[in-house]
Amino acid sequence: MKSWKVYAVVLLTILGLLLPAAPSVFAAEKTVVIGYTASRTGKLNVEGMRQINGLSLWIDQVNAAGGVKLPDGTVVKFAAKDYDDESKKERVQELYTKLISTDKADFLISPYSSGLADAAAVIAQQYNKIMITAGAASDSTYKKGFTLVYQAYTPASRYLTGALDLLGKLDPSAKKVAIIHEKDKFSTDVVNALKAYGETKGYQIALFEGYDSGATDFAPFINKIPPDTQAVMGGGHFADTSTFAKQLFEKGVKAKMVALLVAPPEPKFAELGDAALGVIGASQWQPEAKYSEDAAKKAGVEWFGTSVADFDKTYKAKFKEEPSYHSAGGYVAGLIIEYAIKKSGSTDTAKVKEVLDGMNLMTFYGHLKFDNTPKAHGLQVGHEMVYTQWQKKDGKLVNQIVWPEAAQTAKAINYFPR
Amino acid sequence: MQLLSSLTDGLLLGFVYGVAAMGLTLIWGVMTVINLAHGPVIALGMFGTYLLFTHLGLNPYLALVPVAFMGLIAGFIIYGTAVHRVINAPHLSSLLATFAVNMIIIGLGTAIFSTSPQNIDFPLGSMEIGFLTIPYTRLLATLGAVLFTAALYLFLYFTRPGKAIRAVANNRRAAELMGIPSSQVLALSFGLGTMLAAVAGGLIATFFPFTILSGGPYELKSFVICVLGGLGNPLGALLGGLILGGLEGLIPAFMPVSWVPVVEFGLFVLVLLVKPSGLLGAK
Repeated sequence: MKSWKVYAVVLLTILGLLLPAAPSVFAAEKTVVIGYTASRTGKLNVEGMRQINGLSLWIDQVNAAGGVKLPDGTVVKFAAKDYDDESKKERVQELYTKLISTDKADFLISPYSSGLADAAAVIAQQYNKIMITAGAASDSTYKKGFTLVYQAYTPASRYLTGALDLLGKLDPSAKKVAIIHEKDKFSTDVVNALKAYGETKGYQIALFEGYDSGATDFAPFINKIPPDTQAVMGGGHFADTSTFAKQLFEKGVKAKMVALLVAPPEPKFAELGDAALGVIGASQWQPEAKYSEDAAKKAGVEWFGTSVADFDKTYKAKFKEEPSYHSAGGYVAGLIIEYAIKKSGSTDTAKVKEVLDGMNLMTFYGHLKFDNTPKAHGLQVGHEMVYTQWQKKDGKLVNQIVWPEAAQTAKAINYFPR
Repeated sequence: MQLLSSLTDGLLLGFVYGVAAMGLTLIWGVMTVINLAHGPVIALGMFGTYLLFTHLGLNPYLALVPVAFMGLIAGFIIYGTAVHRVINAPHLSSLLATFAVNMIIIGLGTAIFSTSPQNIDFPLGSMEIGFLTIPYTRLLATLGAVLFTAALYLFLYFTRPGKAIRAVANNRRAAELMGIPSSQVLALSFGLGTMLAAVAGGLIATFFPFTILSGGPYELKSFVICVLGGLGNPLGALLGGLILGGLEGLIPAFMPVSWVPVVEFGLFVLVLLVKPSGLLGAK
């Protein structure tokens, strides 16, 4: 009888010792809340909706793949919590505070656009939460001393400068450039850098004017473009830029190149019909991009996540639309968090931050690396732009990559003469 | 050259501004009510044209006829529910009543249409005369504006209800003594005012994208135009619209476009100081 009791105690003790060593059977699951506001309505809704589509695709995929397993056996799954910010800056700070305090968001994704993201960044830093900004290219946000805000986009200062390089190739005799831009944070940052770059390249900036966000009548600006101007550049966000492109066409502007922000890479831009033809856009990513595991190996950087083809296919299957760079930006913002949690083996802000600071990564979206100096902490230094142009192929409008030459799918054509 | 093309663009737009302002000035002239629901009604006109175009495939210019009719009915409803009871109360009451209508329309509009920009995709190309390039949409809008102005003029001067409106505007008490049913005339005037606002909205929607909030800037412009042309005078409103449109075209030729509102509202104050009755005075 006594020996039976001894055996039972020994057995239970052995079982007790074994239990912690079998985490896969008794693994704890943790749900990490990703908080963000989305411009479901208002002037930024086209870009904003694409961004959240991308992000929700990432959440679906990471959870379907079993989440992220931490070394202590915890399985991290992700859940989204979002509100509509109506494309309004005033709503953003209030909603991000709510996301952190009430909804207990663990990580944050920025709203779309530099202006809104800048407002949200203040709250993220204040509440010690990491925020990945997508759709927020303005440089100035990352020069304010924030330590927890990381940029997925190529910054505004390098946004349109490539278009000037392309102009040099397209028409080496070109001298005059007109810049008409939205007077918001992002567009102003872009065109200031563009103007400075143009002047160092010897271009004459024949017109440099800004329009209010939400402007609909561009005739007063278009009338001011000197007749011998070879390139018109600028714009702002989707709504105003597509109206601007439409009116440039209606007013018969005779520039060799029209290169605009944000709108042209969006598939919806093709709805402008002939007005879209020849318009060049600066894009953060295109479905034809050549980023791959092999490319990562060659570049000597780590590869992570889905492939370009898979992203393209699954996105189309889920949303019945072509993905744009805004969609890719939303997806990659989630992917960055996934990578950092996996690599750090933790969901703790300080540990995840440490990984992000040292990250040097290639994904389907391209190269990603953050500035980790106090001067411009979080600024994207790895990612590069591509330039697209709407051209006609078999009578249909298609968006081709025209710059840089290495990524070209077609040669650039003149905006005028057509 | 740039001056001429800017001026043409401005003047073409000025006709449409004129129609919007005529609606506001008519209501003021007849019943001394400042209609703060003017802007949202302009936006409703935009959405009316848009919905008829996208859902029924109606040509946006033909859609202006049902839009005008709906504008008239909307005017009767607004007048009957919000304005009629406060018509003899101090101005502040009718101002607040129309402001309430303004908030209701914007609230409902935001809930139904959201504030995402909409666009009537009906490109007609452009006409080239020498160095001038004028989109046909703007030319047709101008033509529409002229037609509606002419129709309003004929109505006011050559029909019995039109004459009754002018009589009530002139002296309501005397008109009532002559047997003119002033309540009906007031309702009709309000209806005509909102009809013009809706038509102006429909015309604007053919060339600019819009949201439910887009009526606001045109309402503000209408106030400037009314003061410029003379409150209560429809012809003055058209003239004021042309002046404002012309200025919007000319100012950018000499200074940055952002200076346009500074000059516009500067002019507004100047007219109030020098000739408060406006260029054509009140009739």
